[in-house]
Amino acid sequence: MSLRAEFKYKIMKDYGAPALMAFQDFKKRKPRPTPEAFGPPLKSNKRLKEILTRHYLLSRYVPGVRKVAWVTSGAPVELLRAFDFYTIYPENHSALVGAKKQGADYCGIAEGSGFSQDLCSYARIDLGHMLSGKTPAGKLPKPDLLFCSNNICQTVLYWYKAIAHELKIPLIHFDAPFVTTQQTEADINYMAQQLQDMIPILERVSQRVFYLDVFEGFLKRSMETSQTWGAILNAMKAKPAPMTIFDAFGHLAPIVSLRGLPVAQDYYHILLEEVESRVAQGIGAITDERYRLMWDNIAVWYKVRFLATFFAERKMNFVSATYTNAWAETTGHLDVKDPWTSMAKTYGQIILNNNLKHRLDLMKGMIKTYSVDGMVMHSTRSCKPYSVGQFDLRKVITADLNLPAVIMEADIADERVWSEQQIQTRLEAFCETLEGSKNG
Amino acid sequence: MVENYFAGVDVGSLSTDVCIIDPSGKVLSEVVIPTGLNGSEAAENAFDSALQKAALTRDSISAITATGYGRASVAFATGKTTEISCHGVGAHQLFPKTGTVIDIGGQDSKVIQVDSQGRMLDFTMNDKCAAGTGRFLEVMANRLELDLDELSSPLHIQGDSAPISSTCTVFAESEVISLLAKHTPREHIVHGLQRSIVNRIWGMVTSIGIEGEVTLTGGVANNQGLVKLLEEKLGLALNIPENPQTVGALGAAHLAFRSFKNSH
Repeated sequence: MSLRAEFKYKIMKDYGAPALMAFQDFKKRKPRPTPEAFGPPLKSNKRLKEILTRHYLLSRYVPGVRKVAWVTSGAPVELLRAFDFYTIYPENHSALVGAKKQGADYCGIAEGSGFSQDLCSYARIDLGHMLSGKTPAGKLPKPDLLFCSNNICQTVLYWYKAIAHELKIPLIHFDAPFVTTQQTEADINYMAQQLQDMIPILERVSQRVFYLDVFEGFLKRSMETSQTWGAILNAMKAKPAPMTIFDAFGHLAPIVSLRGLPVAQDYYHILLEEVESRVAQGIGAITDERYRLMWDNIAVWYKVRFLATFFAERKMNFVSATYTNAWAETTGHLDVKDPWTSMAKTYGQIILNNNLKHRLDLMKGMIKTYSVDGMVMHSTRSCKPYSVGQFDLRKVITADLNLPAVIMEADIADERVWSEQQIQTRLEAFCETLEGSKNG
Repeated sequence: MVENYFAGVDVGSLSTDVCIIDPSGKVLSEVVIPTGLNGSEAAENAFDSALQKAALTRDSISAITATGYGRASVAFATGKTTEISCHGVGAHQLFPKTGTVIDIGGQDSKVIQVDSQGRMLDFTMNDKCAAGTGRFLEVMANRLELDLDELSSPLHIQGDSAPISSTCTVFAESEVISLLAKHTPREHIVHGLQRSIVNRIWGMVTSIGIEGEVTLTGGVANNQGLVKLLEEKLGLALNIPENPQTVGALGAAHLAFRSFKNSH
């Protein structure tokens, strides 16, 4: 570790980043007007932006000071925290690229190198970034380690293998057996053992010694943060709901990519306080909430605003999503007294690694507890594990709960897949069904 | 007493259709013109000629519902509704026992389930590609140097029809080109095309299910060969409107009437 690099990193962390943030704030003093259909915006948005900007900004000064790991969204990151890795989440970064409507450019770079257009757009964007160095975040640090888990999909393994091959760095894969009915004892032991086997490799790459109490500290914080996130989502049971799921898509970033760190823990306390105070005051995310909807699958990052406005103008608010719920669903299993087994339970049973019956029961439960009137299912080309089964789920839910539901085909980050006229007609027809079912 | 009249304007990708009804639901006039490049102009022209046919003036129309892909461009409309709802209502008006509507339009096809009032309960649509739509037939007719009527006759062919995939219009056209190059008889290709559309529709029908009588709407309902194949595949007789192309406009006119009644 060079002293010079460490000095630069410390200066940026403590003075540079905050100063730049204040300057950014000063520079951009004309906020976009909020359309009438929306309630007052969340005050926490500002803090969220600060946290994420700072995270990406600081990442530039990390090489030579801290080891960098690229991590998948469902990987047990608490273990890496114990070795002080600076973590970058390619999925989060790809969503950012998608939100900036640059997904097609990055995908094109990956496709030019031979990656299939049928490959997940998060993967193509990340590979496009790796091959070109391009990023809207300025610059991302090169990883010293790759850390993935197939509990979200099998693609991550091959995607990370491609990066490991290109950059010649180690890859740790956490193998999570799919839960076909229930997690077995053997599954849990297998995963718990893998976690412990990772320690010597992590020690070698990070050149740090593992301390169980340090790790447990991160685990405890992660658990507490997830619970706060769960409480925030829970607040959306209120009528009107204090935020929309489109807000939640943005506020999800820290729980995904800064999980286990004090900054995320503190942030969600701020957000929880704000949503609870909005509930107490009866402040809704949209001005006139007449219908309450549920979202299934990952966000359409380049169309969040379009979709939010489309539904808000029709007095419809998304109050729940299987996607945002995923980071609160299984963390109840975490237990500091039994870290390895509890992590195996938490990370092995997340929604995408669990069977359709589980998903059906979960969705039915959410529809009930959040007083949901209709459901929009985003069938995304990128994410097969999330999209396969949606037609069956829709059929059963529509029949059993007499709930209008629509499937729209799009993609998470590759905007070339978006066909606005078709999607708009479909969504409008869904709204007509919903209005008919409630009025008729 | 001043009579109230109601109009539905369906600005589709291929044609713009207008229907005017009186309060008893009687159709006073129907007009179909090509949409061309300018949807709002087509809507104006079709509306004017429908008024002329019904011997009415604009003032006598109390409510106008616009529908179809160009619904937003109909400046004179008093309301707008998707063509999916409109086809449901229109089909129900013509055949009150309709429980399922199959609409094969210019660039999309849909299967709609309606309740006893014609209100849409559920629907499914083709995705991303015009295979299985009117546009598909147009492209193929062009390639085969046939007009749409010639493409629509029921065929009794010897042996199997030429296999043509139903996932992509452009690829299907390439398939037709190579079939022609192999001197495949034209009627075998036409039969294959009709079958390709039927297979595409069949997939949508099975995903949503059939309830009650089935009514076929949209211009493709004029294609007798296709109707025959679809009836065989579904194992039931389809209700075919006299003017299948204007069912959306008819439904829109009825929705205009309903919204007028509700607000008065």
